Amino acid sequence: MTVSASSSPGAATASMSPLVFLSRYGTFLAFLALILFNVFMTRNFLSWQTLNVNLTQVAPIVIVAIGMTLVIATGGIDLSVGSLMAIAGAIAPMIFMGKLFPVDPVLGVALALVIPILIAGMLGWFNGFLVTNFRIQPIVATLVLFIAGRGIAQVITNGNLQVFKNPEFQFIAMGRIGGIPVQVILMLAVAALAFALIRQTVIGRQIIAVGGNEKAARLTGIPVRRVKLFVYIVSGALAGLAGLIVIARNSASDANLVGFGMELDAIAAVAVGGSLLTGGRANIIGTVLGAFVIQLVRYTLLANGVPDAAALVVKAGLIVAAVFIQQRASKA
Amino acid sequence: MLLSMQNISKSFAGIPALREASLEIAPGEAMALVGQNGAGKSTLVKILTGAYTRDSGTIRFGGRDVAFGSPAESQAGGIATIYQEINLAPQRSVAENIYLSREPRRFGFLDRAAMREGARKVLKTFNLDIDVDLPVARFSAATRQMVAIARSVTQNARLLIMDEPTSSLDEREVVVLFETIRTLKKRGVAILFIGHRLDELYAICERVTIMRDGQTVAVSDMAAMPKMELVRHMLDRELAAFQAMASSKVEGPEKPVRMEADAIGSGVRVRDVDLTIRQGEISGLAGLLGSGRSETARILFGDDRFDKGSLRFEGQERRYREPADAIADGIGLVSEDRKVDGIIPDMSIRENMTLALLPRLRKAGIVDRARQEEIVRHFIKALGVKCASPDQPIKELSGGNQQKVLLARWLCTDPKVLIVDEPTRGIDIGAKAEILKLLRSLADEGLSVLMISSELEELLAAADRVTVLSDGRSVAELPRAALSEASLLAAMAHQDAEHQNPAGNVS
Repeated sequence: MTVSASSSPGAATASMSPLVFLSRYGTFLAFLALILFNVFMTRNFLSWQTLNVNLTQVAPIVIVAIGMTLVIATGGIDLSVGSLMAIAGAIAPMIFMGKLFPVDPVLGVALALVIPILIAGMLGWFNGFLVTNFRIQPIVATLVLFIAGRGIAQVITNGNLQVFKNPEFQFIAMGRIGGIPVQVILMLAVAALAFALIRQTVIGRQIIAVGGNEKAARLTGIPVRRVKLFVYIVSGALAGLAGLIVIARNSASDANLVGFGMELDAIAAVAVGGSLLTGGRANIIGTVLGAFVIQLVRYTLLANGVPDAAALVVKAGLIVAAVFIQQRASKA
Repeated sequence: MLLSMQNISKSFAGIPALREASLEIAPGEAMALVGQNGAGKSTLVKILTGAYTRDSGTIRFGGRDVAFGSPAESQAGGIATIYQEINLAPQRSVAENIYLSREPRRFGFLDRAAMREGARKVLKTFNLDIDVDLPVARFSAATRQMVAIARSVTQNARLLIMDEPTSSLDEREVVVLFETIRTLKKRGVAILFIGHRLDELYAICERVTIMRDGQTVAVSDMAAMPKMELVRHMLDRELAAFQAMASSKVEGPEKPVRMEADAIGSGVRVRDVDLTIRQGEISGLAGLLGSGRSETARILFGDDRFDKGSLRFEGQERRYREPADAIADGIGLVSEDRKVDGIIPDMSIRENMTLALLPRLRKAGIVDRARQEEIVRHFIKALGVKCASPDQPIKELSGGNQQKVLLARWLCTDPKVLIVDEPTRGIDIGAKAEILKLLRSLADEGLSVLMISSELEELLAAADRVTVLSDGRSVAELPRAALSEASLLAAMAHQDAEHQNPAGNVS
């Protein structure tokens, strides 16, 4: 019995190097493969319109997934992002349509862009508060707002669909600067900021340290509580921003639908992107690529006539493959 | 003999953990098993219970050769183990726990009446009268332990292995536990008692087996083995390597006090510790395993709070709430277990080294990379860290080099007090001497060092004074002049009438 057990590690090490390679470049390879596949198999793939559709659809996922990456880097998880999107999406139209308080139209748009994000950030702080003060496991702590958040959004709007046409507000989704959709610019800006945060700043390195070894981090004087609060606030605020983009794109806000299932897309993007779900690593570029891969898989299947339901199964398969590769590679 | 283990050897990845170790226990006797960390006690026990397979040697239990393949097999064979943190199902009732996995049944259903009755009966033999329907989590640690023991008795265990059974008990509870052990012994049950509190061993055990470096170095009647002798057997090694590294200044005037703990205490691990850390000195902190050394260090560093006594830093009263508070005063701690609470394995040497310094490397929130590089290069060179590049992950370094990086983590913050807990554990002999030399020269430059060590020669070689702890109390402060192997051993064995035999006479 022991003989067979002792021989297996040797066999495993021999097959490690391709796994390490896959764990490092797998996401990028999958991304390239999907593009190549579509170039040959999907009609009109190489067109501005296709690019536009994909970029605008992926932008909110990327934005939320980046917040998620920071939370996961500390060893946590944030299930509430979809519900926070719904709350932000519910509040914004009420502000610029003057339903909450009478307001000048220009100021209204400005407030509609700021207040929902602040509120989402505060709700993120609440998540962090539960995690740090009461030592509730992150998956349970954020489940609170995952469930309650959408309820709150429905109560705010009385469950009504809010339809609007407000070009100034909708600039964040419909507008273009130099031909590039504003939401894509926002996505790139968020990604660039997060990348710099993780690489260059003190708090960024402290986030990685907390996720890498929380006990050791505390013993070097890192304010573990503050670091955790920070990532949940950022995750909440970014979810708020994504919520605004989604409703601006749809010209409508439905508390039942805004951000529905987003937490899973975001977690999937992080997992496929190569950040360990156990924390201690934050691969921002990986997360962006991961979101693109998930988006492209969905697009590929839809464009080739495979129903959305089947796309979900493929997405699940991708996540399993990514996590499997990560775990095996990190044991090497 | 009920149990006879002979010539047991076991290696892990080529490194021997046990070399021809042996252990014998007679029915109805309590055998003490003692030794330092890494002496091989737990490996020996795990081989006995079937958790590990031995490489060679024989085990006879109850007159037959045995080779248990798993803990479940040894349990069925009559060997029960009571762990430090007892393995009971905390939310289930006392009766359910006693009969866990062999519940009495009637017509296929649990026979709760029989369970209750049986549980009450067996607990009564230990003079324990409790409501067996309450979940075990509602009872004290001592009672939970009793439930675990009762469970093993109903399984007809003939040998009971107790691994530090008193570590979470207060003195009153220890008395109750010892009563129980005496009852068991009268019934012919043998006890293997693994522990570090010498007084307790003398109070309850007939014989003692001492292990060191994977070998059984002594077996003796408890009464024939003076404490001093016992401690010497546990610690003795060829004194070598650092004999002559003593302080450069032999006897100067008393150096000013930097940090002072006065009758400090927290829970049961640290009860009453006086400790003085002086400027420019290496203060040693000695004591056997479980005497509260690391726990004391954690209090000084703000990682644990104290509920008794007082702490002063440079004359000022202090009550640190977080390590960050102590760090702000200029205190650093290199902890005992590098892997668990020292290194961040996936981060680079550069980042691990500057983790504590990071806030001071901040320029508008951004890490000043140039200064960071400069500092890291300086310390890699100054401490002789052997690495491919500062960006190599720290987990790839050897133990000695990791330790140097962790020392540098604090040295680069220019600390006033550096606490090092077992600074040379798991490090090869050359690196050991280097690290001790480094601590010495730092102290000569004015740093206060508190060095916790289980190695006598290390303390003798490096420390300017040594405070000895025993069972959570400081029992001696030995200045340089009074430091010798004999004086340290005597203090560690703590031959002091006051605390002798807390739990009654030797039975």
